[in-house]
Amino acid sequence: MDIELMLKVYPFFLKAAWVTIQLSVLTTILGLICGALGAAAKLSRHSVLRIIGASYVSLFRGTPALIQLFLLYFGGPQVGIQLDAFEAGVIGLGINIGAYMTETIRGGIIAVDKGQTEAARTLGLSRFQTMTRVVLPQAARLIIRPLGVNINALIKGTALVAAISVIELTYTAQRYIGSTYKPFEMFLLSGALYMIIIYTTGRGIAWLDRKARIA
Amino acid sequence: MKDAKPFLDIRHAQKSYGSLEVLKDISLQVQRGQIVAIIGPSGSGKSTLLRAINDLDPLTGGEVWLEDTQVNKNLPYRQYEKHINKVRQDIGMVFQHFNLFPHLTVRGNITLVPKMLKGLSEDEANNLAVEQLGRVGLIDRIDYYPSQLSGGQKQRVAIARALAMKPKVMLFDEATSALDPELVEEVNQVMKKLAEEHMTMVIVTHEMGFAESVCDRVLFMDQGVVVEEGPPDVIFRNPANERTRNFLRKHLEGVRR
Repeated sequence: MDIELMLKVYPFFLKAAWVTIQLSVLTTILGLICGALGAAAKLSRHSVLRIIGASYVSLFRGTPALIQLFLLYFGGPQVGIQLDAFEAGVIGLGINIGAYMTETIRGGIIAVDKGQTEAARTLGLSRFQTMTRVVLPQAARLIIRPLGVNINALIKGTALVAAISVIELTYTAQRYIGSTYKPFEMFLLSGALYMIIIYTTGRGIAWLDRKARIA
Repeated sequence: MKDAKPFLDIRHAQKSYGSLEVLKDISLQVQRGQIVAIIGPSGSGKSTLLRAINDLDPLTGGEVWLEDTQVNKNLPYRQYEKHINKVRQDIGMVFQHFNLFPHLTVRGNITLVPKMLKGLSEDEANNLAVEQLGRVGLIDRIDYYPSQLSGGQKQRVAIARALAMKPKVMLFDEATSALDPELVEEVNQVMKKLAEEHMTMVIVTHEMGFAESVCDRVLFMDQGVVVEEGPPDVIFRNPANERTRNFLRKHLEGVRR
């Protein structure tokens, strides 16, 4: 193993890791927004919204994320959507993971005991007030961990954007393999950095979950 | 009976799920300050009737009136929501499984809705919580979370939470059925006290002794109809109907066992 080479190139990998982190954070934010909207649509009393929500989930969970990325990045310009690779990566992955988060959030909401809604409605709260003040605070505790699973998958999923040449960890590894012919070292290096990002995030989620349980 | 006009008036209540008819033309008038118990075997429709009073289980036919307001008005969605949210503030309800909000303290459980709907300040809400907890004897538990309370205490907090809305009528849906036997009495005591304060109450219960000692009137329901109704000493001591006698006999056997 060429440790010397690894030490030489690792600053570039750190820079790439920073891009992966940015991708992950932005994708998480967009995913949460899509997930919240998707869950609201799926739980709506309007059948049109429920159909839209269900279609969103089955469409984006039912096709490969890579195809969705390619469609957006390579197919987009054909229909007037011009995005650079990073933007296409965030939007493509965000909408994709949002479909998974829709189900996570919806699951958390319907897992809250129906008696909670009945008690709140009986006291005179509206549907909306019941949702925001009684159901969601309880659902939030239930969904932190499963959302953590979504986020874990999403961070690993950012590797896909290497295919549309965003210079993140996976793409960087491939690029240095081209010039060094050392795939073992390069993939090891990027893998280790992924591991650090994912482990740290996992600890953060666990901490949030513990905090929510105590409160 | 003080007023001629009933305070709570259920007129020809009918409810079906598809072809299954769970309430068959039931009428019930409750005067102000009256306490009515509804007894009957499970599946008789007694909980459904109770939950129709605040439109939690909407009727498919008939009307529910509280004073001069029709509760189950047929209105466009938005207007109905506005109407029912207002009416429900006047109808307190206590559930078998308490349904306290686990993410809030006892204080939070009691003050959440008065603060939101009646615009109470923090101080006013606090006073309200203390006052209502005093009625159920749990002031010292004000900062506890529901998970830190016994079943009996939870139910007493649930009663205090309902009372904090200053309701005109209180509905009890098997309020002591989920409690350990030794905890039933403390909840019954609170309900007795409310009875002495002339709170109008409709109580679905399996506690015949309690119903007999507290209620002005007892309804025996079976298969969606009121089989027999009358003062408790008549219903419990000398029921006219065969089905009532059978039910009470079986119930007594169950209790003795």
